[in-house]
Amino acid sequence: MKKLLLATAATSILAGAASAEDIKIGVLLGFTGPAESLATGMAAGAEAAIAEVSASGLLLGGQTVVPVRGDSTCSDAALATAAAERLVNGDGVAGIVGALCSGATTAAFQNVALPNGMVMISPSATSPALSVLEDDGYFFRTAPSDARQGVVMSDILLEQGINSVAVTYTNNDYGKGLAESFEAAYTAAGGTVTINTPHEDGKADYSAEVGALASAGGDRLVVAGYIDQGGPGIIQAALDTGAFDTFHLPDGMIGDSLQERFGAAINGSTGQVPGTDSPGAAMIEAIGEAQGFQGTAPFAPESYDAAALILLAMQATGSTDPSVYKDAVMGIANAPGEKIYPGELAKALEILANGGEIDYDGASAVELIGGGESAGNYRQIEVIDGVITTVNFR
Amino acid sequence: MDILNAIVALLNFVVIPGAAYGAQLALGALGVTLVYGILRFSNFAHGDTMAFGTMATILITWWLQSMGVSLGPLPTALLALPFGILAAALLLLATDRGIYRFYRQRKAVPVIIVIVSTGVMFIYNGLVRFIIGVEDQNFLDGERFIISARDFKSMTGLDEGLALKTTQGITIVVAVIVVAVLFWFLNKTRTGKSMRAFSDNEDLALLSGINPERVVMVTWLIVAALATIAGVLYGLDKSFKPFTYFQLLLPIFASAIVGGLGNPLGAIAGGFVIAFSEVTVTYAWKKVLIYLMPESLEPSGLVQLMGTDYKFAVSFAILVIVLLFKPTGLFKGQSV
Repeated sequence: MKKLLLATAATSILAGAASAEDIKIGVLLGFTGPAESLATGMAAGAEAAIAEVSASGLLLGGQTVVPVRGDSTCSDAALATAAAERLVNGDGVAGIVGALCSGATTAAFQNVALPNGMVMISPSATSPALSVLEDDGYFFRTAPSDARQGVVMSDILLEQGINSVAVTYTNNDYGKGLAESFEAAYTAAGGTVTINTPHEDGKADYSAEVGALASAGGDRLVVAGYIDQGGPGIIQAALDTGAFDTFHLPDGMIGDSLQERFGAAINGSTGQVPGTDSPGAAMIEAIGEAQGFQGTAPFAPESYDAAALILLAMQATGSTDPSVYKDAVMGIANAPGEKIYPGELAKALEILANGGEIDYDGASAVELIGGGESAGNYRQIEVIDGVITTVNFR
Repeated sequence: MDILNAIVALLNFVVIPGAAYGAQLALGALGVTLVYGILRFSNFAHGDTMAFGTMATILITWWLQSMGVSLGPLPTALLALPFGILAAALLLLATDRGIYRFYRQRKAVPVIIVIVSTGVMFIYNGLVRFIIGVEDQNFLDGERFIISARDFKSMTGLDEGLALKTTQGITIVVAVIVVAVLFWFLNKTRTGKSMRAFSDNEDLALLSGINPERVVMVTWLIVAALATIAGVLYGLDKSFKPFTYFQLLLPIFASAIVGGLGNPLGAIAGGFVIAFSEVTVTYAWKKVLIYLMPESLEPSGLVQLMGTDYKFAVSFAILVIVLLFKPTGLFKGQSV
């Protein structure tokens, strides 16, 4: 009996010591590999939210939070799994922001997060396949599914009177999912897809792809790729050979480097990217400016929101145990409650500490639907005089 | 008129891009093949050597541009190219002095040096990303087109456009010059002859008084020049991104092996074989056939032998077939 008491006392002391340590949040992004240039901005977004919460001194009675980075790469399932394994079992993180690409996310979640009961919130994995993933409530994403984007894309094109397009997509979970959902929506609404062909990222030459696309023809070329991968190569080759003059570009293709590189050459091209006219977008931009990162970088707002959701859910349940706080994520992200925008995390922590309710709107107008994915607000853009211009919100 | 349209479409989408890509691969494969022939190992760091040389060229180009120097219609990068070659040469010589020489003196078996070169590849890889970053870098200036698709259409009145980019023109011209100079050097100069002798039979070459360290040094200098020229031409034509250069290694090795490792002529032929097999086998012939066929026979499908996703399968199938029937490659190289 005495021994048992002693052991219990020792355990409780140990537990007390552990709770005085920092809470660690994994930032599992593709720092190397095909999407490496997205990762910098995204990590900065997530770490800004973590720093903000930590600095407020309000989380779970004044605990500090530190980010731990892990490199999931984009398409290497084995590396993504290993990186997640290290975060969960080596570093002992209490939640993971990530991964970046849909393929890496699926691998890291199914092999590591789910068996270990770890919450993962991906800011950028948009493959429709993730909607039906068996997740036991541990997986969320602040990015919308591409099933929705396909419909938005089809609407934009048909409204502009474009009834026939050629499609090329990056050959991975993201590109294929998006191209398929787009083709389904577009043909159902009466459009024609002349060719739907993949391209490999990071390859040396795209003449073969552009030759086939040009031969198939179409009023516009849909490039469902990545802006810092094969996408610009395809656009460049299509422009140079005179195969297509205008393009339709989904989220992976929208970025500053698009207008820097092509400018007025792609005037009249259209596209859409997750985004909102909510006040949160401007606020994250201001935060980014102060901290030296670009708040409008692709998926940086979503990354901020993913990290914030994990920490706010911990505060709401008073626990850093993923199996406990996972149930609070949906409630925090959705109404009812007070609207919370970036930079107001301290306020949110206080409300939650006092037992109040919040409706986290964040930087990307977070609204979680279904199994915990963003409802999907899109900013419709058009390239006018060489500048990416917002023409509508959907 | 229809036949003309068909020819122009084929030129525009197959012949010109294929030739430019083939020239870029050929220059890369020449570097690989020289290292294999003379130093006797497959240099996996070649793609990243190209990236390093190109990076140095880009940095000098930016500096020149900021000083207001330009070559008019030609890209400024051509002016910066010698400095890029110099940087790559210094890097390669330092690597050889610090790493490869150690293994050479111990007469390490080639497979060990191959693994060493893989390590060197990762170091170069990191070095380049550390200095210039992971993003796309565009350093092309000057006139973009020799003839653009739109101008061609209005000039000839044809329905099909024909585009010839300045970079494609430069690529092919430079490749021809470089290859000519290289062959003259290898066949006519004393140093070139000693390199070939060293490649044929190392012991005999040593007996006849050839200094091996000198041969090795000259080889690295030539490899630096070839790698940087190939890298810069590629970067001008497409764009510079460290990750892509790393990926370029695969088609470059395929070219060198198809042509016959260690045989410079084979490297050139291999480059074009790989480039054209990627472009032609997966080409959708619909457009061309619509011009050529009478209306009743016009194809409704794409008339594509196989999807473009198979283009790598095609070039590697060719590689396998060549190795099965001619293990030394199309031109007699050393067997792998």
